[in-house]
Amino acid sequence: MAEQDWKTNRGVFAAVSLPTLLWVILFFLIPMAIVWLYSFGENKGLTEIDISGTLDNYKRATEWLYLTIFGKSFAVAALVTLICLIVGFPVAMAITFASEKWRPWLLLGIMLPFWTNLLIRTYALMMLLGTQGFANKGLGALWEGTSWIKTLVGLQPLPTWEPVQLLFNNFAVVFGLVYVHLPFMVLPLYAALDRLDRSLIEASLDLGAGHFRTIMRIVVPLAAPGIVAGVMITLIPALGAYLTPDLMGGTDSQMIANVIERQFKKANDWPFGAALSFLLIYAMFALIAIQSMRRKVPAVG
Amino acid sequence: MTEPAKPIIQIQNVSKRFGKVTAVDNVSLDINAGEFFVLLGPSGCGKTTLLRMIAGFELPTEGKILIDGQDMAGIPPNKRPVNMVFQSYAVFPHMSVADNVAYGLKIAGVKGGEVRDRVAEALELVKLGGFETRMPDQMSGGQRQRVALARSLVMRPKVLLLDEPLSALDAKLRAQMQFELSDLQEKVGITFVTVTHDQDEALSMACRIGVINKGEVAQLATPSDLYEYPANRFVADFVGSVNIFEGKLILDEPDKAAVDCPGLGKVYLNHGVTGPHGADVWVALRPEKIYLHVPGAGKAVNAAAQDAPDGHNFARGKIKGMSYLGDITLFEIELETGARIRVSRPNLSRHDQEDFTWDDKVSMHWRADSPVVLLG
Repeated sequence: MAEQDWKTNRGVFAAVSLPTLLWVILFFLIPMAIVWLYSFGENKGLTEIDISGTLDNYKRATEWLYLTIFGKSFAVAALVTLICLIVGFPVAMAITFASEKWRPWLLLGIMLPFWTNLLIRTYALMMLLGTQGFANKGLGALWEGTSWIKTLVGLQPLPTWEPVQLLFNNFAVVFGLVYVHLPFMVLPLYAALDRLDRSLIEASLDLGAGHFRTIMRIVVPLAAPGIVAGVMITLIPALGAYLTPDLMGGTDSQMIANVIERQFKKANDWPFGAALSFLLIYAMFALIAIQSMRRKVPAVG
Repeated sequence: MTEPAKPIIQIQNVSKRFGKVTAVDNVSLDINAGEFFVLLGPSGCGKTTLLRMIAGFELPTEGKILIDGQDMAGIPPNKRPVNMVFQSYAVFPHMSVADNVAYGLKIAGVKGGEVRDRVAEALELVKLGGFETRMPDQMSGGQRQRVALARSLVMRPKVLLLDEPLSALDAKLRAQMQFELSDLQEKVGITFVTVTHDQDEALSMACRIGVINKGEVAQLATPSDLYEYPANRFVADFVGSVNIFEGKLILDEPDKAAVDCPGLGKVYLNHGVTGPHGADVWVALRPEKIYLHVPGAGKAVNAAAQDAPDGHNFARGKIKGMSYLGDITLFEIELETGARIRVSRPNLSRHDQEDFTWDDKVSMHWRADSPVVLLG
């Protein structure tokens, strides 16, 4: 009854959806349209932009220098997504198969990082990875220990410990992005695995399959919608990552978002920044289009 | 019948506890090779847990399970010579019918040509020939169940385990599948162990039934023994419909016995019951074993005793409730003692249901070997 009203009564429908619609138009579509228009404009003076319909910004944005940065951003985002998937899948499975008592706590553990600001989390991670950080201290202690044991058995000691450069390089960017994005991967995977009928897994075991084969032939294919959702929800923000490469990356690890930021701030070239932004948005559109075109996997259950 | 039945499954003093809850309590029973064995009991009685322990999905807290003489302790489900048809069928939704049925064979390393032959043969067996390329979501519940059956049978297990196989089917299909499952079991000769809470299902399919109550075996018997000679009140009440009256054993000799029931009066039996004199016992009487007729029909004397044939027990009462079920009519009758008794009467001719109506006075009688005296 209520559902029917919901669908047929246009007044109710409009009243309910209007605030959201207004919000989206006012704060998303209009600003986006302005930026989109800027991407066809030229700088006239410090604050003035003349929307002349030029394509020069896009020409410049597709120059080799920027294409390589786009390419690198894609590569980093893809690597981050892959690592998140490989790490996240067993985590999601562990949560799914944990006892009723433990599951909410494990899920809380996954979501806990969201309670802290990203900036603070990133700085904390930097303290961990710095040359004087805990990671290096730990490694140093292991190194010294090994050296000491070697002298005990009469071997040459190891050379003195040189802290490893864990920060301000590509490794740090990937590590930081994986750290930030892992929950985005785990949650949709968990949602998909939790819906999986346990008896399908038992049936596979019953028919002689081992655990590994059961996971590869039954669990993974049936969790495919969750995997796709997890990949998209990780890949897209990772592609536009700004803070992590900015704080943790080195001179050669800037991603496209950092370049865009520079155009809007230091370079004061809004039209070019807008063109770069929209190239990124087009790329994301393409990703989503590919995802929605893929063959529909039969629903689980 | 010359050689003694060989047990394929031996369950020895098996208990299963989940925390403080005892699901299966010291169960011992043997299941013979080639028989259709049914574990029957109300939901939550531990029958499914028992089945899952045979399959290897649960481990016994105590006791041993042997399959074909081999102790199953430490043997995982994928290494046991049994296969299971799950209550939800658990047909893999992302695989075609043929791929579903071939799944276990491919894992067992069976070669391509043989896989095809055996898949076709198994599908033929469950009457799904030609359905090879169908996807499970294009099939009905009954068809999916056949896929699950074929997928298990194709493995040629020593024992096929079926968890509530018919519970999700509608009544007509269920009745048909009961016969088909029995047929199939005879054809393939594999031991079937089925779990069900449905007594009709159990009675119609089983060679032997193990009635489980609160984790214990309440009775182990053939369907007719279970129905006609229930061992206790639980079995009498759970299997079929029954009137149970409390009473005291007042006579117990080798060829006759009597129980004095406050509700039903004195009940005479033409056999002994071997219980202590004066013991508290229960008399169980099935509704269909009671004959119902108009008092004094054909005779002048208005006494129920005169209405009953020689050697029959008798009682009188008043009809308080009637339900017409087509093949039978069920009566609820208030006895002269105030107790109520259920009587069923077959509608042998088209107008039989018109013979009685509410508040009619009726006589009842039943044979002296019809009541069952229960000690527990």
